[in-house]
Amino acid sequence: MRGVGRGLLTLAGLLLVWQGVVTLGDLPPYILPDPPAVAASLWRNAGSLLGHAGVTALEIVLGMTLGTLLGGATALALGYSRRARRWLLPVLIASQAIPVFAVAPLLVLWLGYGLGSKVAMAMLIIYFPVTANFYDGLRHTPRGWLDLARVMLPEPRRWAVLRHIALPAALPALGSGLRVAAAVAPIGAVLGEWVGSSAGLGYLMLHANSRMQVDLLFAALLVLAALAVGLYFAVDAGLKRWLPWHPVNPETAETD
Amino acid sequence: MTPAPLAVSLRAARLVYGGLTLFDGLDLELAGGCFTCLLGPSGIGKTSLLRLLAGLTAIGISGELRGGDGLPLTGRVAYMAQQDLLLPWLNVLDNVTLGSRLRGERPDRKRALDLLARVGLTDCAPARPDTLSGGMRQRAALARTLMEDRPVVLMDEPFSGLDALTRLRLQALAAELLAGRTVLLVTHDPLEALRLGDHVLVMNGRPATLSPLPDLPGVPPRDPGDPAVQAAYRAILRLLGAA
Repeated sequence: MRGVGRGLLTLAGLLLVWQGVVTLGDLPPYILPDPPAVAASLWRNAGSLLGHAGVTALEIVLGMTLGTLLGGATALALGYSRRARRWLLPVLIASQAIPVFAVAPLLVLWLGYGLGSKVAMAMLIIYFPVTANFYDGLRHTPRGWLDLARVMLPEPRRWAVLRHIALPAALPALGSGLRVAAAVAPIGAVLGEWVGSSAGLGYLMLHANSRMQVDLLFAALLVLAALAVGLYFAVDAGLKRWLPWHPVNPETAETD
Repeated sequence: MTPAPLAVSLRAARLVYGGLTLFDGLDLELAGGCFTCLLGPSGIGKTSLLRLLAGLTAIGISGELRGGDGLPLTGRVAYMAQQDLLLPWLNVLDNVTLGSRLRGERPDRKRALDLLARVGLTDCAPARPDTLSGGMRQRAALARTLMEDRPVVLMDEPFSGLDALTRLRLQALAAELLAGRTVLLVTHDPLEALRLGDHVLVMNGRPATLSPLPDLPGVPPRDPGDPAVQAAYRAILRLLGAA
């Protein structure tokens, strides 16, 4: 409860600063509308905002799901097979050298103006953090656990060790990757919408911008921010629930 | 219930680490069914020697290892480390049966619960390890070690992280439950070695050598206040140059 109160206080402070800038700078509404104007626009366009937010949310959730599956599979392949490491690791690193912004027009060209290209964008943008974090976790299984498994097994069984020890041990690292993914996935979706789309918050913002409806632009931005924050907290809460054994407090962490 | 006693023989053990010869040409014989304690200062190579016996080989360490029957030791050793090595995502019961799940066998829940009762953790079977105290965690690790039911048990300072009272209690429990198995316990605590060992070996020098102490009267776990234990304690301190 105290966290919610603190959040509201921060929000109120930000709104006050915003209003102060508008009033003191004597800014016209087409440069920076004041909070009441944005609130009014939010109210007036609630239906349309909600519809576009739904599209963007669907793109983000689909992108997150597919990106996590693909990233997880890549990390497992990297962790399990030396050959995969030799072939995939350079590709993975090179994929990060190419800005997603640069491939966005291509994706729209290939996958069309609909959902597909945006899902692909969100997926691409989270692929690296998910893969890198999870792979890192798979590589850093505490040695003691591996020793224990080796003494227990009459002959080495890598798959059993991966399944029962290395994989669960890497889940907190995958969790860190998912938190980062939740924070950046909206960027991918909105970026895709900017390049070419007929629905979604990014589309709405671009549209409002070209018509000088700056209040609507801000309203859409607020909805997007709320969406992103909601997504992050949902992922965070889910991880805390599914990985209850993972020490969040460093004082309770394993000393190894 | 205990498997037939198995002697262990290690010959020509050698450890070179960072250009430094920690030991070379070291021979170690463990009598079948006896509790042997290996005592020595930190950094002497005790843990490496134990890991060699456990089949956890690393670069720079080598030796000829076999059981008293002339066969390799693989699959006949259980290992208990200084950390309890409980997996935090499994409850205590699943931790105890980890070995069978790794081997793809059906876990024997009844035997696991039996062992948990013997280490006094009946109520903790469904608990997650992070809800247990250090002593309870190490007892769960002891149950997991016994669950493997191997004739040879290797222990690397398993009680050194515990407070004095818990340590004494766990030593007594270990002595009782491990009776009849070939045990090697590595420790830097002379009193622990004297309390638990049928035989005590002192590892000292560089390159390190092993020298046996005269066997003490009585059956482990011995009373730390016993005059014979106290006299042997003073002798060890002199041997190790601490008094």
